Amino acid sequence: MSKGRTSRNAVKEFRGEALRWEWRDAVVELTLDFEPLNEIGTVMLADLEKFVAAFDGLAPITSACVIASARPGGFCAGANLKELYQDALPLSPKKRAAGMRAFLKRIHAVMNALDAAPFVTIAAVHGLCMGGGLELALVCDLIVADKMARFGFPELRLGLIPGFGGIPRLRRDVGNGFIRDLLFTGRTVKAESAQQAGLVSHLAGEGYALQVARSMAQQVTKFDAETRVAAKKFLKPIPYQELRKEIDLFCTLFNRPVVMESLRRFVETDDPMKHLPVAERARNS
Amino acid sequence: MRTLEQTTREILDLATKQFKLPEGSLSAGDDFYKKLGIDSLQTLDLLSRLENHFNIELPDYEVQGVSDFKTLAERIQARL
Repeated sequence: MSKGRTSRNAVKEFRGEALRWEWRDAVVELTLDFEPLNEIGTVMLADLEKFVAAFDGLAPITSACVIASARPGGFCAGANLKELYQDALPLSPKKRAAGMRAFLKRIHAVMNALDAAPFVTIAAVHGLCMGGGLELALVCDLIVADKMARFGFPELRLGLIPGFGGIPRLRRDVGNGFIRDLLFTGRTVKAESAQQAGLVSHLAGEGYALQVARSMAQQVTKFDAETRVAAKKFLKPIPYQELRKEIDLFCTLFNRPVVMESLRRFVETDDPMKHLPVAERARNS
Repeated sequence: MRTLEQTTREILDLATKQFKLPEGSLSAGDDFYKKLGIDSLQTLDLLSRLENHFNIELPDYEVQGVSDFKTLAERIQARL
């Protein structure tokens, strides 16, 4: 057990612009709290980098990490598309592609570090968990989902694929039928379906995902640390080669005019189902 | 097996309760975006509630563009 160990260098509390964490009794709780719905852009990325930089200090005294959201709408709506569009707009295609590759390398470094975290990571998901938000949940060892949570990968409607490691990590965890359904239809799925597909470990009642995740984290603290770390490495290899291919493919797709046009439409639309491709009204009355 | 009328009634009851509206204030022909004033996040929340209530999977693309309760009920009926 790691409970009794100490670490002088551990950053046990942190409050950033987009998230905060607090360590207590061998469990660190990371809370995403960035308006409107924890979009992952430069601000969230910088704070996540601070969190993974704290791993060395936290590792000797930490058995589990719970990642949750303080935003009422959900866990995370995905990449900050507004920022992405506005930052890319004034750049030449060449500079746009270079900027995107640099951003992806940073986010992949963070996601890989979270994936390989030296403690058990548990995502407590409520509400919306889409795109980059789902990719963040996918790096966690376990996902606890509120029964009202929804999961989806809407990237294809932008002319893109998920870029934060989504497909390689989904392939590690679930079957192709589920992956292709999510990707090629762009639909979102309810928590129960995500559990049936093997994405979600535990379903929680409405409003209870964090409580269930905390209970799991306490259970994790009871096991021998060395065994836990060895088991995690054995159970959950990181698909580095596929992740590098994903960056290349994403950058190739990103450098097309259709993507900027799709991003513009997404940023400007008030469509209540803007995660799906544009459709005609289907009113019967 | 529910009839279309029963399905419609259950949807109206669920929306009335969820959005804390006076009983009987919603009808089948209402545009729920206008009547409930819901945004994209609340739309997906409503979809989850409907899926859980009827114990079905209702892909978003089947209700994309649907804005009245009657058509929504027909789409749900097709999945029961």
